[in-house]
Amino acid sequence: MSPNRSFRPLTGIAALAMLAATAGATFASEFERVRPVTHAATQKECGECHMAYQPGLLPAASWTRIMDGLQDHFGDNASLPADTAAAIRNYLTQNAGNGDGRLIRITEQRWWLRKHDFSPSIWTRKSVAAKSNCEACHRTAAQGLYEDD
Amino acid sequence: MRPTKPILLLAAAVSLGAGVALAASGDPERARILDGYAAQAKAQTPGFAGFSAERGRALYLGPHAGGKVADTPGCASCHTRDPAGTGRHYKTGRDILPMAVSANPKRFTDPAEVEKRFERDCVNVLGRACTAQEKGDFITFLSNR
Repeated sequence: MSPNRSFRPLTGIAALAMLAATAGATFASEFERVRPVTHAATQKECGECHMAYQPGLLPAASWTRIMDGLQDHFGDNASLPADTAAAIRNYLTQNAGNGDGRLIRITEQRWWLRKHDFSPSIWTRKSVAAKSNCEACHRTAAQGLYEDD
Repeated sequence: MRPTKPILLLAAAVSLGAGVALAASGDPERARILDGYAAQAKAQTPGFAGFSAERGRALYLGPHAGGKVADTPGCASCHTRDPAGTGRHYKTGRDILPMAVSANPKRFTDPAEVEKRFERDCVNVLGRACTAQEKGDFITFLSNR
């Protein structure tokens, strides 16, 4: 085992401790639940490049904008065959949640900002990489279980 | 009987191409995909004389200019310079299964999947659609890896 590797659990614990210190004071330690993705094409196509975000994380208007703009999906061309895109659009909008339909980033929704009000330095950690990487901290996010600790 | 000859020639070319593709790719589905690109390349590129792993390698590594995504001047930007290794999405950090057929035998066996990825990533990396010859070169390179 390299020294680097043996260090990892320690940094993990440190990260958790820091999260607990910053977030734990304001929020009870519990799971926030979102209905998991149950649509195979959504799971596959969205999940290829990032976690397949649950439809409940955005309102229908936001999903519609996202599916209208796959050719420029946050800077990438993420276009899909028309029939696949239509099925995914249907699933996402039918199972959408609440929020500001003008915003297409989950991480700009007001509820999200409220729950992630901590040091910006967390986002630049290598293990986190991006705000979109829910699973870096919420290990069971892909199942719709966001631990709140 | 003037029309017969070209048809016979075409049939011969296609069957010859099929044999070559199967030998080069090692999988019937992959061979079919390559044959499809070979037929398109013949129509698109005058003097097309088969796919080249070397050209495929150059395409894979880049660097290319003009891509939609400035962070990815080559396929290798996400898939790494060693196509047998696990790749990493440049922005999200998501793992990408190896591109090399030796490390990931399922690569290039689903035509819809293959087209979907070319459709997207040629724009992301090159800023334009790939030609059939480029697609075939790319698959040929990675089939031998």
